[in-house]
Amino acid sequence: MKKTVFTLAAVAAVIGTVAVAQDYSANLKARQGQFRILALNIGILGGMAQGKIAYDAEAAQRAADSMVAVTHIDPGPLWPEGSDNMSIDGTRAMPSIWDENADFLAKWGALGEAAAGMQQVAATGQEALGPAMGKLGGACKACHDKHRAPE
Amino acid sequence: MRALRWLILVAVLGAAAGWWMTRARPLPGDALAVLEGDAVRGEAVFLAGGCASCHAAPEAADKRLLSGGQRFASDFGTFVAPNISPDPVQGIGSWTGAQFASALKRGVSPEGRHYYPAFPYTAYARMRDQDVVDLWAFWQTLPASDAESQPHEVGFPFSVRRGVGLWKLLYLNDGWVMQGDLDPTLERGRYLVEALAHCGECHTPRGPLGGLDTARWLQGAPNPSGKGKIPALTPDRLTWDAGEIAYYLETGFTPDYDSAGGHMVAVVENFGQLTAQDRAAVAAYVKALP
Repeated sequence: MKKTVFTLAAVAAVIGTVAVAQDYSANLKARQGQFRILALNIGILGGMAQGKIAYDAEAAQRAADSMVAVTHIDPGPLWPEGSDNMSIDGTRAMPSIWDENADFLAKWGALGEAAAGMQQVAATGQEALGPAMGKLGGACKACHDKHRAPE
Repeated sequence: MRALRWLILVAVLGAAAGWWMTRARPLPGDALAVLEGDAVRGEAVFLAGGCASCHAAPEAADKRLLSGGQRFASDFGTFVAPNISPDPVQGIGSWTGAQFASALKRGVSPEGRHYYPAFPYTAYARMRDQDVVDLWAFWQTLPASDAESQPHEVGFPFSVRRGVGLWKLLYLNDGWVMQGDLDPTLERGRYLVEALAHCGECHTPRGPLGGLDTARWLQGAPNPSGKGKIPALTPDRLTWDAGEIAYYLETGFTPDYDSAGGHMVAVVENFGQLTAQDRAAVAAYVKALP
C-alpha cells in the first residue's frame, strides 16, 4: 500500500515536471531583443546628450521614434506565465511580474510615456535631451528595481 | 581543592573581563557640543549616506518618511529596519545629538544596547563629526511617522546582543581601507565610498562571522537577498572609465545603456542629487582600487 502511494506520488511528480518544462526560448529572445533595441537607441540619444556623439536632429528623432515603436509592442505574448527566473533559466524576470501584473504593466506604460516625451523634444536641440533622458532612466530603473533580479 | 578555587577565580575574572570588553561604548554626552549643525549641508550627508534607502517604508512614495519596515534577510536572521523618523515616541525625535552620534559611529542605542551591524555603523564610524552634526540638524526637518518599529527575526545565539560586542572587537574600527597619500579628489571619493555610502556592505564579501573581508575589498559578493551576485568594482572586473562610472551614478545607465536595478536604483536616486564633483570623486576612487 505504502509502495503504491509512493509510486503514484513519483509518477505525479514526473508528470508535473513535464507539464512545467515548456520551451519559452522564443519568448525570451523576443523580449530581450526588444530591450536590446531600446538600449541601442537610448545609447544614441545618451551619447548625444553627453556630447560623445555629435548632435544630429534627424538621427535623434529616428532613435526616439524607434523607442516609441517598441513601447507599442503588446507585452502579452512576450511574457507568458511560467517564464520567470524561479521557473526557468536564462531570464532575470522575477515572479512579481505575474504576481503584481498591474504594477508591471503600469511601469511598462510609464516607459511608453517617457519615450513619447523624448519623441516630442528629440529634434528640438541637444540641450533638450538631458531632461528627457532622465525621465527614460527613471522609467527603466522603476521597473528594474522591482521586477528584475540582479545578475 | 586549592586548584579548584583558583580555577573558579580565573573563570570569574575571565567572565568579568569579557563582560567589560563587550560592553556598549557610547560617545561622551558632550562629544559634539561645540559644533554647529547646518541642515542644508546635512541633506547632502543624508543622500550620500543612503539613510532613506533602507529606512523609508517599503515602496513608499515619500522617500523621506523614515517609518521603517523594509526587511533584510541574512545568514543570521531577518533584520527589519526600524522607524528612525523624528517622531518622539516611535522614532528617534527624543534623542540628543550625542545619542545620534553614538548610534551612527559606535552602533550603540541610547539605552546602551548594541545595534546589529545590518545598520552599517562600521562604515559610519569613519564619519566626520561635522557631518554627523549637520545630518542631525537636517533630521529635524524630516516628517515624523508614528508607525511602530517591528522586531528583528533573529534566533539564538544571535539574539544575544552582547555577542555583537564581541563582533565589534573584531570588525569595528575607524581606519581607512584605501591607504597611502591621496589627492583631495581621491580623499573625497574614499570618504564617500568607505564612510557615507557604505558601498562595501554589499560589494565586499563577508567572512563566516558576517564581518567584511577587507582583503577582498569591493571584489563583489553573493547577494544576501537570494539569487544573483553583487558585482565587483575593482578595475580587473569593472572596465568602465571614470566618466562612465560617474554617468551611471547620475542616471543609472551603464555604458551599453542597460539600467540599474535592485538596490542600486536607490543608490543612483541619491547620487543623482549630489554634485558632479562628488560623483567624479567616487569614480576616481573606484578606478584607483587595486
